[in-house]
Amino acid sequence: MSETLASETSAGGVLPGAPGEALQVEVRGEGELQTQDMNLNVGPQHPATHGVLRVVIDVDGERIVGAQPVVGYMHRAFEKLAEHRDYRQIIALVNRHDWLSAFCNEVGVALAVEQMMELEVPERAQWIRTMMCEWNRIMNHLMFVSSFGLELGAITPMFYAFREREDIQHLMESATGGRLHFTYTRVGGLKDDLPLGFLKASEELVPVVRRRNQEYRDLLLGNEIFRARTKGIGALEPEVALDYGVSGPSLHATGVAEDSRVTEPYLKYDEVDVAVPVARNGDSYDRFQVLLDRIDASCDIIEQCLANLPPGPISAKVPKQIKAPEGAIYVRTENPLGQGGYYLISDGGKQPYRMRMRTPSFNNVQMIPHLLQGELLSDMVAIMGSVYFVVGDVDR
Amino acid sequence: MGLIENHEVPQPLKFVLNWGRKYSLWVMNFGLACCAIEFIATSSARHDFIRLGVIPFAHGPRQADLMIVAGTLTDKMAPAIKRLYDQMPEPKYVISFGSCSNCGGPYWDSYSVTKGVDQVLPVDVYVPGCPPRPEALLDGIVTLQQQIEQESLKERYATRDERRPIVAGDGDPTQHPLDDPM
Repeated sequence: MSETLASETSAGGVLPGAPGEALQVEVRGEGELQTQDMNLNVGPQHPATHGVLRVVIDVDGERIVGAQPVVGYMHRAFEKLAEHRDYRQIIALVNRHDWLSAFCNEVGVALAVEQMMELEVPERAQWIRTMMCEWNRIMNHLMFVSSFGLELGAITPMFYAFREREDIQHLMESATGGRLHFTYTRVGGLKDDLPLGFLKASEELVPVVRRRNQEYRDLLLGNEIFRARTKGIGALEPEVALDYGVSGPSLHATGVAEDSRVTEPYLKYDEVDVAVPVARNGDSYDRFQVLLDRIDASCDIIEQCLANLPPGPISAKVPKQIKAPEGAIYVRTENPLGQGGYYLISDGGKQPYRMRMRTPSFNNVQMIPHLLQGELLSDMVAIMGSVYFVVGDVDR
Repeated sequence: MGLIENHEVPQPLKFVLNWGRKYSLWVMNFGLACCAIEFIATSSARHDFIRLGVIPFAHGPRQADLMIVAGTLTDKMAPAIKRLYDQMPEPKYVISFGSCSNCGGPYWDSYSVTKGVDQVLPVDVYVPGCPPRPEALLDGIVTLQQQIEQESLKERYATRDERRPIVAGDGDPTQHPLDDPM
């Protein structure tokens, strides 16, 4: 049989012999294929993990059968350091744990201390804080828009998103003096009033961001490859999401519209209309779509802040040495990535006795094993890129 | 390239070699924390360090000439960064970007942070700031390029083993504490 086959192929001008014919193959057992799970170590330094998250995955062929995130490579001991800083220094410190949402972090701490001290923050300061939080939210989301595109093989969104990020950073720098870590909030108000021309520049920038957000929609959500790689990939059920404590865009994508800007308003969020975009399926595509929708929602809030911004002082009268009275408080804020919280215990001194952080990324990372279970290895990047987390926020 | 390692090349040839090397720095972004965002900002359109010949598309340490350590190095991460540095081929350069990788930065009293990446690897250029502006990174890259322009590869290879990191304490200088693999 094989001889005739060989002669036929050689007559046709092809190399003699069927492919693999000369191989000596020994079949063991009953002829069933013996396979073994492989242990694969992704990270800690890997481009797809947004920093230094390490994920140990078990793969059976191309399928992931188990995944375990190993956290702690960016543990910088924020909670311990906060016990050795005074309240003004803590604001500079918490800027840095979630480096993409610095302003939202510092507002959280300032709110906690102000509520303990029962300080009345002037209206203007609260409106400016609200607006800056939203600018920061847009900046954060743009970063994830860019990196998600990059991870799926599209480098253009990165250059586009950083163009907008530079514009917003330039705007915020004009008011705060910082490009990434603003340290604009003080206990009782703000560092400075807005500079001349800030409001005009804001008004001009909002439509630009909105217009370019539509470009991302066309560029990514309309892209066939993007849809094929994200639709139905890494779907999360709302019950599981709530069990894991997932919050922010990842939770909204499952259809649960829990957002503390609406359910438990702080700053001036009770006086503006806050749209909470939700989606239905909870897959990577929906998570990304919610992210883009949230940029539009933030633009709306900024416009309302600009319209409502009152004149007046920007800081309350505070004592020279800030001492929170004895007691404890928990403040929730809606950080760009989800539910953030600071639990502050004070013994009446100038430093907190203990500060516990609830960071959204930590909980978002917890669902990685659940999401990766049974998925293909090549989908891992699409899933991990759409479970929005910042490693510094995970490890603190 | 045994020739360059063992013999001082003539000045015109050295000029051409160094000129070529300084404008093709394939960089490995060791992005650790906040500074990595500013690194990306420097690589994107407005600041654009690709015009200086710094190419941020190295597939891994084995294809890279330059490592930019951007962010806080923790004690848990230190063995990994040492291993990746060892995988890079000579001649290799390190830019320490940001206060954290220079000296620990705002975490100078933290129990889990390595107080400076120079405890683990030899650093060529330090860029201060928390985080430094993209312009500062561009300045650091230009400084490194000036350094490459002047240097002799023979000397660099000869002093390769002397460029060991600064190790705190009085341990055995030939035995680095992080030589032990992960």
